[in-house]
Amino acid sequence: MRIATIRRVSLGMCVAGAIGIGVGGCAPSGKSSSKTVGLLAGDAAERTYVPPGSYDEYYAFLSGGFSGQVTVYGLPSGRLFKQIPVFSQFPQTGYGYDEDSKAMLNTTFGQVPWDDSHHTEMSLTDGVPDGRWLFINGNNTPRIARIDLKRFETEEILQIPNAAGGHASPFATPDTKYVVSATRFSVPIPQSDVPIDSYKQNFKGTISFVKADEPGKMDIAFQIMMPGYDYDLGHAGKGPSDGWFFFTTYNSEQANTKLEVNASQADKDYIAAINYKRAEECIAAGKGKKFGGSYVHNYVDPATRIAKSETKTGVTMLYPADCDGLAYYLPTPKSPHGVDIDPTGEYIVAGGKLATVIPVHSYTKMVKAIADKKFEKTIDGIPVLNYDAVVAGEVKNPGLGPLHTEFDGKGNAYTSMFISSEVVKWKLGTWEVLDRIPVYYSVGHIMIPGGDSKKPWGKYLVALDKITKDRYLPTGPEGSRSAQLIDISGDKMKMLLDFPTMGEPHYAQAVPASLLQPGSLKFQKLTDNKNPSVTTSEAAGGITRTGKRVDVKMIAIRSHFAPDNLEGVELGDTVYFHVTNIEQDWNIAHGFAVFGANTSGITLPPGETRTIRWVPQTIGIFPFYCTDFCSALHQEMQGYVRVSAPGLHVPLSANTSKTSQTQNGRLPAGRGEQHK
Amino acid sequence: MKTQMGAGYIETPPLAVPAPVGAAARTTRGGARVPRLSRALTAIASLVLIGLFFVPLWRVQLVAPQYPEGLGMRIGISYVAGAIPTDLDNINGLNHYVGMKRITPDAIPELRYMPWIVGGLILFGLIAALVASRKALIAWVASFLLVGVAGLADFWRWEYDYGHNIDFDHAIIKIPGMNYQPPLIGVKQLLNFTAVSWPDTGAWLAFTAFGLGAIALIVALRKQAVNGSTVRGA
Repeated sequence: MRIATIRRVSLGMCVAGAIGIGVGGCAPSGKSSSKTVGLLAGDAAERTYVPPGSYDEYYAFLSGGFSGQVTVYGLPSGRLFKQIPVFSQFPQTGYGYDEDSKAMLNTTFGQVPWDDSHHTEMSLTDGVPDGRWLFINGNNTPRIARIDLKRFETEEILQIPNAAGGHASPFATPDTKYVVSATRFSVPIPQSDVPIDSYKQNFKGTISFVKADEPGKMDIAFQIMMPGYDYDLGHAGKGPSDGWFFFTTYNSEQANTKLEVNASQADKDYIAAINYKRAEECIAAGKGKKFGGSYVHNYVDPATRIAKSETKTGVTMLYPADCDGLAYYLPTPKSPHGVDIDPTGEYIVAGGKLATVIPVHSYTKMVKAIADKKFEKTIDGIPVLNYDAVVAGEVKNPGLGPLHTEFDGKGNAYTSMFISSEVVKWKLGTWEVLDRIPVYYSVGHIMIPGGDSKKPWGKYLVALDKITKDRYLPTGPEGSRSAQLIDISGDKMKMLLDFPTMGEPHYAQAVPASLLQPGSLKFQKLTDNKNPSVTTSEAAGGITRTGKRVDVKMIAIRSHFAPDNLEGVELGDTVYFHVTNIEQDWNIAHGFAVFGANTSGITLPPGETRTIRWVPQTIGIFPFYCTDFCSALHQEMQGYVRVSAPGLHVPLSANTSKTSQTQNGRLPAGRGEQHK
Repeated sequence: MKTQMGAGYIETPPLAVPAPVGAAARTTRGGARVPRLSRALTAIASLVLIGLFFVPLWRVQLVAPQYPEGLGMRIGISYVAGAIPTDLDNINGLNHYVGMKRITPDAIPELRYMPWIVGGLILFGLIAALVASRKALIAWVASFLLVGVAGLADFWRWEYDYGHNIDFDHAIIKIPGMNYQPPLIGVKQLLNFTAVSWPDTGAWLAFTAFGLGAIALIVALRKQAVNGSTVRGA
């Protein structure tokens, strides 16, 4: 029954593909469905079983797509460890709600509390993932975030000016000097009010190079003004091609309506090859132009752990016509999506999503074609190289809808086939298809740990599927998206595991656990907590008033808040609770929430301070409590705020209740004094 | 003397300069000759005791379902500290649930005078080696034994007080008849915690030093016996 279902679906996809794009024949797909199912009865369970209490071999970071976040999974188990909030408010922790983190979501449009997060990119040293940071882009309101991989927390977000749709982002250079962002949507740059059908005259794309190698100091290094196409994906060169960056484009037709037809007319679009070392030279020679554009930079202050925002204005803009040797177009069939550079840095693989082949360009041939000036034409100062002069080969009959390619470091490439819903393994250099495996269903990105770097760990491949349908028990019309773990250690790919994902994972990154596990922070030292509202001991809390603003400083420790009885708050006041978790013990978190608050609760990792704002709406007694089951007396971890009518002049007081005093009766010195 | 978290800064009592081991053993007034080997062993034993200023004497490890990695205490001659700096606070924090006292190293007087006692023992041992008096050697070994036994007894008494002095009026979790005394040596279940108590490096150094002192004494007594019979036979 299961096999029959899969066969039917597989066949259905095949027919859809054949009709949809007029490509005849179904041979490539549907070949091995039943065999794959048969393998499920093999050693797949053993291969993915991580016994209770044991650790996974790899950390995997999946983008959250329209959730705006990043998820952390273990491989090969597919267990979800954490959701890291990045571009979206996250009431689970208070991210984007509390006073400490809400500035992280600031943009020139105000607080934008959501984004569409697309591509995860690990920081690199010499072209190899190094485990320092993870970058991810927001597509909708173009932004790039940096996640620290000691805390697994977002520490920095840079808005990209002069851009719309930050899709070709945040791919890194081999030394992480830059991460990039190129515009998926061309718009007038600078923005202006023009007729939409004046696209060809007025719409432009930009490619931004963002300085990325210093935490807290991300900034626009320079931008390149490009013809108004859609810039889709990118990857940096490496090894011999180090110093170059490659971006796919589609809609070279420059359609502005019904793109699915109108942007699919040309046989070939382009890969833009950008020589960013040349860009640096041109800027040094004064060829860059001062250009407007405001953008916001948000970062977590390392001492206080409070996010700060700064608005910046103006960038350096380079025009290809002013800087020869900066940019070239490589004709590439057809509406290419992914552009992936093999570990040696020689091959530039395009996922021509409407193409019947996978075109592969040669870096060596590209350099020669540039030297020999084998140009078809020039667009806005950008020479278009002759296709035959740059193409190294084409993978014939790979399947339908090639999107993304990853590498195993053993001379093989793996390409996702969206339409024929499969992953195809082929050989670099000979371009022969070696193996194919169906995936369920309609795979987008695929990921091999380090598979886009100079040194892939070529053991597993994760397929990130767009459609789930019948893979899990149904949960109404909308289910999760799905990922599938495939063993690529042998000649034949083997399906090992399905696991559901959060949001829609676009790209992912994975590294061996040993790269991150030793550095993962257990708790913030209280002595390092430089939050201006920190409370380090039981006795140091209190309540103060400044006009209509009331500040409450309190500690949280198993199993009480101190102080926990607050009086003197009046209707019309705005109350700021500054709560410090003074625990110095791994994973001992507390939470804090107050009745009727229009924000979220907050979670308090050990040693950290968070501030949440509360505007009481009525008089009365309002309980607050610990929201994270911290200890045996968690249910007792609570307190009250009295809100009085203005003019009653109830004196401000912050006491510790009798219960709490009793609990703490044998701690006369005050625990926090240990930390002076 | 300040209490230290860890074996960092320690005030060391003045030490005597050890006697040159090669100095010829001679008969001292009121005591028999002590052979060269005994003197050397006594000096070495005394020097080994210097290690007590740098390494912990005892270790207590507390393992619970929530603490698979364990919380630990290290007890040295001048300090009680966490195995990692935050452990002692975390142990105190957990102990408040059952009404136990805080462990406040500043309030333990033994930690103030133990370094002087150990320092005195070292000094005495070196003097005994220098003067080569059998009586001095016997006195030194005896006082070493006394310090050791008294120290262990005092440690047991401290553990007893720590485990039995429960504030049942205010304890959050009250278990009548329960005490939380950790074992001196060995393993004991204390509610959800398994307490494991075991000598640490310092204690093994002390045992070694005492063993050397005992051998020194035996060698000295045997030598005397041999010498005595030789004299009688002459």
